[in-house]
Amino acid sequence: MNTVLTMAMPKGRIFEEAVDLLRQAGYPLPPEFEDSRKLIIDAPEAGLRFILAKPMDVPTYVEHGVADIGIAGKDVMLEEERDVYEVLDLKISACYLAVAGLPGGNYQKVAPKIASKYPNVASHYFREQGQQVEVIKLNGSIELAPLIGLADRIVDIVSTGRTLKENGLIELEKIADITSRLIVNPASYRLHAARINELVERMRTLVESKEGNQ
Amino acid sequence: MSKPFVFEKPAGMRDTLPAFYQKNEDIKNTIKKEMESWGYQFIQTPTLEYHDTVGEASAILDQQLFKLLDMEGNTLVLRPDMTAPIARVVSSSMKNVAYPLRLAYSSPVFRAQQREGGRPAEFEQVGIELIGEGTSSAEAEALALMTDVIKKSGINAFTIAVGHIGFVQELLADILGNDNRASELLRYLNEKNYVGYTSHVKELPLSSIDTQRLLKLLDLRGGIDVLNKASALAPNAKGQQVLEELINVYELLKEYDAAQNIVFDFTLFSHMSYYTGIVFEGYAAGIGAPIASGGRYDDLLSRFDRKAPAIGFAIRMDYFIEALGSKNDSIKKQCILFTPERRKEALQWARAKRSEGGHVVMQDLSGVKNVDEFSKRFDEIHYLIGSQQGEDL
Repeated sequence: MNTVLTMAMPKGRIFEEAVDLLRQAGYPLPPEFEDSRKLIIDAPEAGLRFILAKPMDVPTYVEHGVADIGIAGKDVMLEEERDVYEVLDLKISACYLAVAGLPGGNYQKVAPKIASKYPNVASHYFREQGQQVEVIKLNGSIELAPLIGLADRIVDIVSTGRTLKENGLIELEKIADITSRLIVNPASYRLHAARINELVERMRTLVESKEGNQ
Repeated sequence: MSKPFVFEKPAGMRDTLPAFYQKNEDIKNTIKKEMESWGYQFIQTPTLEYHDTVGEASAILDQQLFKLLDMEGNTLVLRPDMTAPIARVVSSSMKNVAYPLRLAYSSPVFRAQQREGGRPAEFEQVGIELIGEGTSSAEAEALALMTDVIKKSGINAFTIAVGHIGFVQELLADILGNDNRASELLRYLNEKNYVGYTSHVKELPLSSIDTQRLLKLLDLRGGIDVLNKASALAPNAKGQQVLEELINVYELLKEYDAAQNIVFDFTLFSHMSYYTGIVFEGYAAGIGAPIASGGRYDDLLSRFDRKAPAIGFAIRMDYFIEALGSKNDSIKKQCILFTPERRKEALQWARAKRSEGGHVVMQDLSGVKNVDEFSKRFDEIHYLIGSQQGEDL
């Protein structure tokens, strides 16, 4: 059965690397792919249909089954804890989640405040460390929070560390390494096993061969 | 939260309007009839149960239970599934009825939404429990009945994945020995985190053969040949026994003519932690969640002091109906609009149609303001208006 698989793609940082990877894996994607403002793009030759979503929303589409597969950062997977299969580490868009703050900051307060785009990750992490903290959810420019006194520390992704440095913050603790993952809806994984297995294997071979070259 | 508006309902609670209600009833009746024809007897249990009994025994996460207090301060739960209440019934009200027991249910269950909308917090399940039967015949019967129910309802494109908790546990125990390391890997499998599983396996100090055995576990999905692949992973005696049991079940399913839609999948882990052996889930094209699921739970009954092996499955009515898509109503909606002087005639006509099984609305014309708007709801309208006898206008 030649079914079209629906794949949820994250717009933004990961997008181009993910598109490159798919092309290298032999999936013919339309040339206007990167520039289009369309949210749904069909690639009939590849037997794929793409939906372009906010990175944080990719696992949601896949969990609800409106997308069969998707590409999502591990940061999003940790934050969202969706009921989907995380089948392959694509090893792209590497970065890590870390706690950061002002140098010499006072972190022994009665009710320490943590600002983050990842409130679940932040709560879990500090609970495991045996600390009770109050988490403030922000949607971007997290580094601002300690600078102007909204929070004592932040939990955010760090790739080069440049943003932290330029804003006078230092990394305090590393939480987890992050790369992009191929995720699959549990029902699709069984209904379209042949197509999905093929895609996963092609991507796996590619990722492994790249690793071998490094 | 602020005071609710009059149109609001608690999160995840839904109304069932006439069109959907009818469809739901029709399909449910088909399913129930099929289950009854296999000798399963329907029972009903209370909506409220004690948290300490059914709440504790249920496999649904505690934070998903709706809880309330009774007058004495006991914590009650809205039943989150039907298997635990039935285990309670079998061990109490029915404790003198000899095994095996074949029971069925058709009931709403309640699971609180943890995060967001899009999924109901109350939904209907129709299912069976075969209690006190530990053989492969029971497993084949449950799977064959589930297949039959799906087919008879009119879903043609479906897959039933069959896994086994025991095989995975035995393989992990055989390779890793100590429980901690095995449970760590089981946690990854339960979380569906294969990336985590794979990297964890690679870090363990194992022979390359054992590493491969653990990694190949993730590939054990597909047709009957999966059982050969599983056998090649050299499980221990208990694991081998599981495979023989599954081959046996598959052979029995062929006799039921119910093997075509079966695939084997050792990566299948149910959310239901009480399963101890075979587990299975049914999927239909276009539906992102299982339409039916079940498995063997040999330890649950002992929690209610009447130890017995048992197996069962439940159909998720909402997903099941979604899978069926839109089908035309079989019964036409008829209406007779009459004026009082012809009421008798209208009544006779309606009675005749009703006795044939028709759904007939009798409506006094003077009680309807907008006749055109009203008429749109019916497939057939008959008028008995004015003093003239005989013919319809």
